[in-house]
Amino acid sequence: MSKWVDICNLDEILPNMGRCALFEDQQVAIFRVIKAGKELLYAINNYCPFSEANVLSRGIIGSLADKVVIASPIYKQHFDLTNGLCVEDESVSLKTYEVRLEGNTVQLAG
Amino acid sequence: MSKRSNLVVIGNGPVGHSFLESLVESGNSGNYNIIVFGEEPRPAYDRVHLTHWFKTRDAADINMVEEGFYQANDITLYTSDKITDIDRSRKVVTSQSGQEISYDKIILATGSFPFVPPVPGHKRDNVFVYRTIEDLEEITAAAQTGKVGTVIGGGLLGLEAAKALKDLELETHVVEFAPRLMAVQVDDGGGNMLRKKITDLGVSVHTQKNTQNISDGDNAFHKMSFADGEVLETDIIVFSAGIRPRDELARSSDLKLGERGGIVINNNCLTSDADIYAIGEVALWDNKIYGLIAPGNAMAQAACDHLTGAGTSEFAGADMSTKLKLMGVDVASIGDAHGNTPNSRSYTYVNDREEVYKKIVVSSDDKYLLGAVLIGDASEYGTLLQYMLNKMELPAEPEGLILPQTDGKSAGLGVDALPDTAQLCSCMNVTKADVVNAVEAGAVNIGDIKTVTKAATGCGGCSALVTQVLNSELEKLGVEVNTDLCEHFSYTRQDLLNIIRVEQIKSFEDLIAKHGSGLGCDICKPTVGSLLASCWNDYILKKPLHALQDTNDYFMGNMQKDGTYSIVPRIPGGEITPDKLIVLGEVAKKYNLYTKITGGQRVDLFGARSEQLPLIWQILVDAGFETGHAYGKSLRTVKSCVGSTWCRYGVQDSMEMAILLENRYKGLRSPHKLKMAVSGCTRECAEAQSKDVGIIATENGWNMYVCGNGGMKPRHADLFASDLDDVTLIRYIDRFYMFYVRTADRLQRTSVWMDNMEGGLDYLKSVIIDDKLSVCEELEKEMSGIVNTYQCEWKTTLKDPERMARFSHFVNSDKQDENVVFIQEREQIRPRNKTESIEVVTID
Ligand code: SRM
Ligand SMILES: Cc1cc2nc3c(=O)[nH]c(=O)nc-3n(C[C@H](O)[C@H](O)[C@H](O)COP(=O)(O)OP(=O)(O)OC[C@H]3O[C@@H](n4cnc5c(N)ncnc54)[C@H](O)[C@@H]3O)c2cc1C
Ligand code: SF4
Ligand code: FES
Repeated sequence: MSKWVDICNLDEILPNMGRCALFEDQQVAIFRVIKAGKELLYAINNYCPFSEANVLSRGIIGSLADKVVIASPIYKQHFDLTNGLCVEDESVSLKTYEVRLEGNTVQLAG
Repeated sequence: MSKRSNLVVIGNGPVGHSFLESLVESGNSGNYNIIVFGEEPRPAYDRVHLTHWFKTRDAADINMVEEGFYQANDITLYTSDKITDIDRSRKVVTSQSGQEISYDKIILATGSFPFVPPVPGHKRDNVFVYRTIEDLEEITAAAQTGKVGTVIGGGLLGLEAAKALKDLELETHVVEFAPRLMAVQVDDGGGNMLRKKITDLGVSVHTQKNTQNISDGDNAFHKMSFADGEVLETDIIVFSAGIRPRDELARSSDLKLGERGGIVINNNCLTSDADIYAIGEVALWDNKIYGLIAPGNAMAQAACDHLTGAGTSEFAGADMSTKLKLMGVDVASIGDAHGNTPNSRSYTYVNDREEVYKKIVVSSDDKYLLGAVLIGDASEYGTLLQYMLNKMELPAEPEGLILPQTDGKSAGLGVDALPDTAQLCSCMNVTKADVVNAVEAGAVNIGDIKTVTKAATGCGGCSALVTQVLNSELEKLGVEVNTDLCEHFSYTRQDLLNIIRVEQIKSFEDLIAKHGSGLGCDICKPTVGSLLASCWNDYILKKPLHALQDTNDYFMGNMQKDGTYSIVPRIPGGEITPDKLIVLGEVAKKYNLYTKITGGQRVDLFGARSEQLPLIWQILVDAGFETGHAYGKSLRTVKSCVGSTWCRYGVQDSMEMAILLENRYKGLRSPHKLKMAVSGCTRECAEAQSKDVGIIATENGWNMYVCGNGGMKPRHADLFASDLDDVTLIRYIDRFYMFYVRTADRLQRTSVWMDNMEGGLDYLKSVIIDDKLSVCEELEKEMSGIVNTYQCEWKTTLKDPERMARFSHFVNSDKQDENVVFIQEREQIRPRNKTESIEVVTID
């Protein structure tokens, strides 16, 4: 069973922005998306394999067709936030993490 | 039920694979038991793009075989198993692993191997060729310890290999036997220009060097000794001295070969044995070996048509024209590049400043194009190739085709003039008619065209031409070329600006709710962020505007390749006090930042981690610096010379004007970045004529130039107005900028905006000087709104502790990003590069 770990308060992540968290020695990019008035949280690995830098939490959140995506800030590849798949190159995918809101606390599980 | 016949395909390279695809497409593959033997350990991969392997070092990225292709079509593939014998009397092939397979028909697609001249020492360690993925793996491993790499052979592939060595950060040399590079494809003049350009890129070129011996070096692994007595020490050698057909199977089974090798084939690609075909680089047609992929694909189709009877295509030779980018240098060669045709004439254009060389070879009556060489700028390649291939009559003065056009129009032929049979894409053999048909069948963008016709999916050299045909056809069909900003807004940037102004919209959320759909994306969010700023000029991180900004604007620094940022404080006009210079030095020292004078007369500090940005900026702001907006689509610098204050020639105070202008327009958000310059006299030391707005002092005031550009496609600015006084100058600039902000496309510099403006400069003058549209008052008002609401974004940010917290790398830890590692070089830091990085991050 996955064990939930407290990461931060929800308001430490601005609406429609990402933040990077340290979780079990890994860099995890957490995104807070407001969609149709609802709060959604996503978490994927922060490492962008195209630029080889830990930057995904600093990209722009958006949607492509019905996917919710993050655009890497360096070379602008898009990653599907639900499954980590790269939109431009489906052979590349990033690890995703379970994330939830417990009260006002954002929690991650592996 | 008729028995299926055994079809053995020997060689699983690009052409062997293309044959299999043709066979499957023909619908006849079910008639054969298809057995494929490949010597290499993996299924066919795209050798043309071999060098792409370096990007990810993952063989899968250049794989050519669609998943499940072999299984789905019942094809048996044996990899790592080469055929060692063909017994034509028993009709059996034998493989290295001992398999014996009887055949009805054979397709020989064994390709070629790199020729290594038998120079003493050629078998030493660290001597390589450049042909397979394994070769690249070995070269990469050797580059870890080596410092110097040398390619023997300055042809097309040699230069590609040299690029790879350079990218592996080796000191790179190219050694060529002939007196020039790419001796086959380009002439002397072109070869010289190419050499100059490649040398500029830091590769040493040695021509007329005959390598006679390779032995132990004194300072490097090898020493190469040349016939002229000179030596070159190097750690790695890559031979690229031509290719030779792999015809050994044909030789041992007595198929007819050419005098200098290659399996002789006819137009159906049949060899001297009616059951054996040969295709690709191993085949000799009309005494020629074709070392390119397009002819190989055509042979594959011809062999398939003949074998199955499903088609009638024959191989009838191929055009060897090529266009490629070598180390970023455009190189193209068409037809008779050397002017060998008797009585041919040639026209040459050489521009040493821009390092461009162009030559066309035409028939003696100036009517037809026979060949061409283009170095440094190959934009005319498509047009010229069509003139030659379709034997189209040239314009009266054919030299016009390669001379620069002063009126901005291209002299080339319109795509409508091309016959339907014109081949647009030679790699995939796609004609104009194919593209026209695809458009009629509903293709509306280049992606559709690629899917339907495969055009532009090979070397990519034809994509500009294919796009032109596409757009022209769409226009004819009355289809509007889609100018939507992105999938979330069916409006252009200009439409959105009007909507925002008229409806007084202040947020993205409001705009997308009323006029768009979805969540937005990395295209529309920053665009709308910029539009909102152009209209209302709010602090860019004011909630919820912050979520629209690119990381550069959000962190108010330029993100570098390793995720750190650079810092560029504003230094108006390039004027700075010694005290401020000292502050910059002290900050850089304290935070160990790489420090460089920029091309824009200021100082850039690189390598700041996000969490350091506020600390550094606090010191800078305290010392009186403001943000330089190096990250924004906004005013960058106003360059200036010292002008009349110091210079003996200066006629106005350019320094004062530059500072005034920089302070006036700083912070203005625009479709793209803006650059200005002010020169104190006509000698133009500030290079004002390459700027969006450039100003040159005259005895009577100021000359104003507009729409200049350096960068990727330089454009000289146009003289807009002369001898202006200060007030009029500023009024015109205000109007000019706001008109640009209103009407330009996203990421369109003023130069491109002008080139696309109907009516051009005269129209612009009529709007800004004569106020033809009666908008000038409004434009001036909008500008003064912007000027009056300016704030330094860093100053504002530093006042807000809540915002400061967002700069830490981790939300839940003070640790730093351990993937950011610096190396010392020339007494400063630089990011570590790939070869220096040990894998620290694992992704599963
Ligand atoms: C730092 C600097 C090079 C240097 O070491 O000197 C530089 C660095 C960058 N330039 Fe530049 N350019 C710099 C002067 C120039 C100049 C020269 C000038 O301004 O006089 C030009 C040609 C003039 C012009 O723009 O017309 C120039 C033409 C470009 C272009 C091509 C623009 C074009 O229209 O073709 C780009 C790409 C772009 O903007 O899309 C670019 C983009 C960039 C970016 C932003 C690329 C990026 O996205 O990472 C670089 C980031 C800088 C950083 O991280 O701080 N840079 N760049 C110069 C900063 C000047 C400054 O003080 O602000
Ligand atoms: C670095 C590089 C860049 C290039 N760039 C371009 C370019 O830009 N444009 C262009 O048109 N062309 C380019 N080429 C040339 C192009 O790659 C070749 O024309 C093409 O690969 C020829 O295909 P082929 O299948 O005939 O031969 P190959 O690619 O040589 O394939 C033959 C295959 O058969 C195998 N084989 C040989 N003998 C046997 C045997 N007895 N049994 C089983 N298997 C065997 C070989 O191992 C090989 O895998 C480039 C080549 C290289 C190396
Ligand atoms: S542009 Fe004129 S005033 Fe300015 S430095 Fe050059 S010569 Fe002197
Ligand atoms: S010509 Fe090579 S892809 Fe079209």
